[in-house]
Amino acid sequence: MTITHSIDDSYLMGFAAGLLPEPFDLLVATAVSLDDEARARLAGFEAMGGALMMESEVAPLRDDTFDAVMGRIMGTPPDDMIHSDIKTPRMDPTFPQPLREVVGGDLDEVRWRSAGMGVKQAILRMGESGSVRLLKIPAGKAMPDHGHKGTEITLVLRGAFHDGADRYGRGDVEVADPDVHHTPVAEAGEDCICLVVTDAPLEFQGLLPKIAQRFLQI
Amino acid sequence: MSVTPRDEAYWTAQMLAIASQRDRKAFEVLFRHYGPRVKAFLIRTGLTPVVAEDCMQDVMVTLWRKAHLYDPARATVATWLFTIARNRKIDLIRKTRRPEPEDLPWGPEPEPAQADVVALQEDTRRLAEAVAQLPPKQRELVERAFYGELTHSEIAAETGLPMGTIKSRIRLAIERLRYAMQSDGPTPHTRAQQK
Repeated sequence: MTITHSIDDSYLMGFAAGLLPEPFDLLVATAVSLDDEARARLAGFEAMGGALMMESEVAPLRDDTFDAVMGRIMGTPPDDMIHSDIKTPRMDPTFPQPLREVVGGDLDEVRWRSAGMGVKQAILRMGESGSVRLLKIPAGKAMPDHGHKGTEITLVLRGAFHDGADRYGRGDVEVADPDVHHTPVAEAGEDCICLVVTDAPLEFQGLLPKIAQRFLQI
Repeated sequence: MSVTPRDEAYWTAQMLAIASQRDRKAFEVLFRHYGPRVKAFLIRTGLTPVVAEDCMQDVMVTLWRKAHLYDPARATVATWLFTIARNRKIDLIRKTRRPEPEDLPWGPEPEPAQADVVALQEDTRRLAEAVAQLPPKQRELVERAFYGELTHSEIAAETGLPMGTIKSRIRLAIERLRYAMQSDGPTPHTRAQQK
């Protein structure tokens, strides 16, 4: 698998520092799971975080701290040592693990709803800090042209779409700033499934120009 | 064999002693070394000292319990603890577990190649040095961006610099770090991280 539009350093650094808006964390974790080069860059930023942590000043600990921690270790059952962190997915899942955990399974667990014009969506999370949803664009069809408040990031999970001269396939990431109007068109042959995240709360205002927004709840 | 306490290999050995033998002495040594720095980091990112102390304790309990999951070919002890502290802090604030990338599948050999471990330790040492040697202005920007003290637009407001300049400054600092890490030797550092 070749990633041609890898996730940008600024998101990896934000993820490493723990400073991204909540919805973006899922997108970054999912994108990194599909992109070894991005994983290496993320590891670099995390190493930078470790270096900064070791370079900065030290904070005195409470006198009884070590005993308190030993007490906790000895006093409570080590439950998280028993259940393994490694889950065995079925062969070739479409969704990497962080996304499977949010969906509650792989692609076949998604409860799609019509978003109009053949497009389907499943909203995974919606709140003050933005929204997370899955989109399914039928093969060969265009996403309705839409504007959005805030930054919108799209990660392709299956199939591919074209936006202008660029092709985005599985693992590719497209970032659209608020002022960008873009019209992704799904490639012929296979429905295109994407994870889409915005960092702005959803807004419903106006009428006709906002119809697509209303359908898609962007 | 003599070890200086500053040696990364020394801290890695303590981790492995906890993982394989539940070594309490090794745990205390790590605790006294990393605990105050983890706590300082948590305070720096906005926790009160009391909450930071609790959070640091959680991190240390996790260190003890998950020591067997630590892979010295992919992270130094400092980096590993940094990610645990960061995640714990976010979980406390959000009350939900933060998603992490899918773990890489275990290879056929359970033991990481010693050469990879050494290469990563060497790269990380060079990175720490490079961070320390950044020109003050760049270093401060990286630090403040990393600790979340300033957003990009706040940095712009504070320094009177346009956003584009800030981004390229941070990028320049990052490139300088990359360059510093590559110019010292032919170590394939991305290979060690990608494994």
